[in-house]
Amino acid sequence: MEAVDDLDLQSLDKLELPADLMELNMGPAHPATHGTVRLKLKLDGERVAAIDIQPGYLHRGFEKSCERGTWNQVFPYVDRLNYVSPMLNNVGFALAVEGLCGVTVPERCQYYRVVLGELARITDHMTCNAATAMELGAFTPFLWLMKVRDWIYDVLEIETGARLTHSFGRIGGMAAPPTPDLKANVRRVLPEVLKVVGETETLLLRNRIFLDRVEGTGVLTQAEALDYGVTGPVLRSTGIDYDVRKAEPYLVYDRFDFDVPVGSRGDNYDRFLVRLEETRQSVRILEQALAQMPDDGPINVDDPRLILPEKSAVYTTIEATIAHFKLVMEGVKVPRGEYYSATEGGNGELGFFIVSDGSGTPYRVRVRPPCWYGLQAGARMFAGGMLADIIPTFGSINMIGGECDR
Amino acid sequence: MTLLNETALRARLGEHVLSVAEFGGQCAAVVEAASWLDVARALREGTPAFDHFIDLTAVDYPEADPALRVEVVLFLRASATGERVRIKTRCPADGPLASLTSLWRGANWAERELYDLFGVRFSGHPDLRRILLYEPFEGHPLRKDYPIERTQPIVEYRDVPGVTKLAPFGAEEGQPFGRVDWAARLAGRDLQVSPSIALQAQQRRALSESTAGHAEAAQEAVSTAAKQPEQGAATAAAREVGHGSR
Repeated sequence: MEAVDDLDLQSLDKLELPADLMELNMGPAHPATHGTVRLKLKLDGERVAAIDIQPGYLHRGFEKSCERGTWNQVFPYVDRLNYVSPMLNNVGFALAVEGLCGVTVPERCQYYRVVLGELARITDHMTCNAATAMELGAFTPFLWLMKVRDWIYDVLEIETGARLTHSFGRIGGMAAPPTPDLKANVRRVLPEVLKVVGETETLLLRNRIFLDRVEGTGVLTQAEALDYGVTGPVLRSTGIDYDVRKAEPYLVYDRFDFDVPVGSRGDNYDRFLVRLEETRQSVRILEQALAQMPDDGPINVDDPRLILPEKSAVYTTIEATIAHFKLVMEGVKVPRGEYYSATEGGNGELGFFIVSDGSGTPYRVRVRPPCWYGLQAGARMFAGGMLADIIPTFGSINMIGGECDR
Repeated sequence: MTLLNETALRARLGEHVLSVAEFGGQCAAVVEAASWLDVARALREGTPAFDHFIDLTAVDYPEADPALRVEVVLFLRASATGERVRIKTRCPADGPLASLTSLWRGANWAERELYDLFGVRFSGHPDLRRILLYEPFEGHPLRKDYPIERTQPIVEYRDVPGVTKLAPFGAEEGQPFGRVDWAARLAGRDLQVSPSIALQAQQRRALSESTAGHAEAAQEAVSTAAKQPEQGAATAAAREVGHGSR
């Protein structure tokens, strides 16, 4: 290497800075992107000139795996799609199969599903917002939101026995009836949710650093969002008020008074605010659902073709033993046909397209993962922006590897 | 869900509609593969415009006519009215089918995924490469004849003398749990047919009609296995016997 003293200073003006684009790999295991995804970037200085998003690192063959068991054995798999709000996946899949079977669960079960689902939605939005803030350097709101999220997980654990992978949905009902303390437990945690959402606002929304990073970055227009198939908070941040709970109410969502918050610019700031406000709306829904939910009544449909008989009957009567045996060995027989059910997941429209050949095994289970389309639109949001803006934008897309890569 | 019904589908798409499939109150228009792009354009540009891309997926029917093996299903939504529409078509397992990327940018990844997992090629796609799996991956796993037990390790399993830490399962093992052995079914020697399907297809008598049904089936499997010289087929048949005699 040439010593500095020997440099010919006269020829320095002939030096050219490299004009080629620089290639940079982000991921698949980047410390600031939650979820394994590889971003292959071409950088012009600090600007992103071209981007190739490569998902698939968490692909484990969800759809293929579903084709080898019974319909009820799919529930543990759907837990692991969006593992931040597994209860919403449980409910979504159960509704799809029940739609094809033509059954409707009892009213108490519908309220129960709403309550558990909205708790899951709160945890989902809280996690997303907390992670976005943390990746921008705000660690305190992350810890505070995680603290309350864990209290919600405590409620879910009391109900289902598991914090994250509940596997609690069943075709035609739920695995267990609500505990007697359900309403008291949820009512105890809701004020804490509202409190921490308010605290997050006061911590972040007047913070110059946070605002500079999220305002005007990662912009997506309405037409682009629709074109890319984006749903959920990312779509609503552009100003389109499409929420499956409101547009095509399922369960008992048409009985609740709640608003669909929308943004106006489709940037990271709007997405952050939409999720914060949706947390508040979920609390509103929960309060109404708890007030309306019957305290007694059946949870499961009264249909021996779908629901396992009581354990005590299995041990004492031959009919229940046979029914139990057939349901476990052959599975629930879902009529031949195809069905698409759309529910509002944490990230948007969670669709299950199921095909049955009339046997006890799914012929095809297709999940429409909302963040798959959000991540695809990410290419549009990242391109042209600064390299550092990828972090908040990626955070607010809320790509969940389990759901995106399946 | 406000899904277009048969009348609306025929009014909107006219002679393109071959038939309308209805299950559980949900209608889907079946169209020719040749008119796939025209139908999609008519939906994209007509009124109301189905501008919200929802999903594109496929279902494999290996027992169907090879030219109509894969059913591709498109889901759309009109943002102005909230109406939904579903259209589907049949194409050979390798395609080709016209790409919809010129109409909805969201179709890009969906088509790449179908190419990756089903092997359907989309003509006119700007960047058709695998998306979930890796490039050297052989085959298309969501096809029914792709065995779920098959493993394709990127890094080969270690076979070093003296090393006790081995991979949990070998290349030919994996998880033998499965209800339908599609390779066997397509080869015409499947005994794992779900009882209700077998009844519908008249492959098996109901147990109430013949108590010897299972015994006969198991006997048949043993004789098939005896004829097969390959080790793999014999073990597969032995597994079938296990299921059949359950």
